[in-house]
Amino acid sequence: MLIAQNLTCLRGDRLLFRKVGFELGAGGLMYVLGENGSGKSSLLRLLCGLLTPEDGQVFWKGKSIKHDAENYQTDLTYIGHLNGLKDDLTSLENLQFSARLAANVVDNATALNALTAIGVARCANLPVGVLSQGQKRRVALARLWLSTSQLWILDEPFAALDTASVVVLTTQLNQHMAKGGMTIITTHQDVDIQAESTQTLRLSA
Amino acid sequence: MIVLRRDLLLAFRRRSDVATTLFFFLIVSSLFPLGIGPEAAVLSSIAPGVLWVAALLAGMISLSRIFAADFADGSLEQMLIAPQPLALLVLAKISAHWIVCGLPVVLLAPLIGLQYALPNDALVVLVLSLLLGTPALSLIGAIGAALTLGVRGSGLLVALLVLPLYIPVLIFGAGAVAASQHGMSAQAHLSLLAACSLLSLVLAPLATAAALRISVE
Repeated sequence: MLIAQNLTCLRGDRLLFRKVGFELGAGGLMYVLGENGSGKSSLLRLLCGLLTPEDGQVFWKGKSIKHDAENYQTDLTYIGHLNGLKDDLTSLENLQFSARLAANVVDNATALNALTAIGVARCANLPVGVLSQGQKRRVALARLWLSTSQLWILDEPFAALDTASVVVLTTQLNQHMAKGGMTIITTHQDVDIQAESTQTLRLSA
Repeated sequence: MIVLRRDLLLAFRRRSDVATTLFFFLIVSSLFPLGIGPEAAVLSSIAPGVLWVAALLAGMISLSRIFAADFADGSLEQMLIAPQPLALLVLAKISAHWIVCGLPVVLLAPLIGLQYALPNDALVVLVLSLLLGTPALSLIGAIGAALTLGVRGSGLLVALLVLPLYIPVLIFGAGAVAASQHGMSAQAHLSLLAACSLLSLVLAPLATAAALRISVE
């Protein structure tokens, strides 16, 4: 279970949000909504432990994520608005590297399956630098097919995707939720993800 | 290990970047004989200092590359939240930097040393001192690179931060070569160089990891 208490985020002198709190249980889905610049991405980065909150704490399975970072990070998959791909490596190499980084060793075939699932198998051996924006996004998202972690934090995963890919990704999210996973997601699109419990967190600028 | 392999693979795919460092070292150290003239006595007396300063600057111009690209494309973020100790990942990146930018300079140095009319045993000490000292340059430099990540004009700032910290390495490194030129044992200098490298091997990855966490916020 992920619990956030009293989170306050300052960027420079600007207060983005204060006293944000929620609880997310197994099978729980949370949409984070808000205008551009309302602090959605900052909230997600804060929940990943990339940002330190001005005030408040985040707990994972009862322990503060600051103190038990390693366990939390094993259970976490975060895809930010940056894809985290190297232009000079092929899609396959990039995917395998990010899986290995998450302490998840995958062979070529498994990684290729993940790329096939999201429809970029054709680009498997192309350097990511030559791919289009949407294709890069899909290579980054292919990590979700390899991920064994329970908590997914996704920043605008649907941005730059075509309609077919949106459907494929929604199906994958449904499967993750059905297995008792948790997802925190920001999106500007209307998507229908099936979850045991769904909540919405609205940030106002 | 996986990070080390990836960084080496990336360096291999972008060979031109590696060549820049090496050519910088080559050109800077070749300018002095051209400017000063071919007098062997003068050249061999300035050789230790000049070659070490050139090696130091060559290592420095490539410092910002250690983290900047990973920071820009988001892979650094992923490393920060990976379930492995950040200091180890950082150490892998620094090792890759040394293999790509430090080691070639070490290997090229004896060739340059010949231009300066260095005797054979001084050439050996030059290589040894660079071998022991350049890891410290990469390690200390990484702290500076991490601290200036995402800052405007970080290239110059990193020089201001890191060059003063390079002074001990420079003194012992150039000192070792000079000692052997004068027929003395270079062992004391070399031991101190190794000590610099070992000390930074222990402290720099931790300091760099902490600096990265601050810079990424």
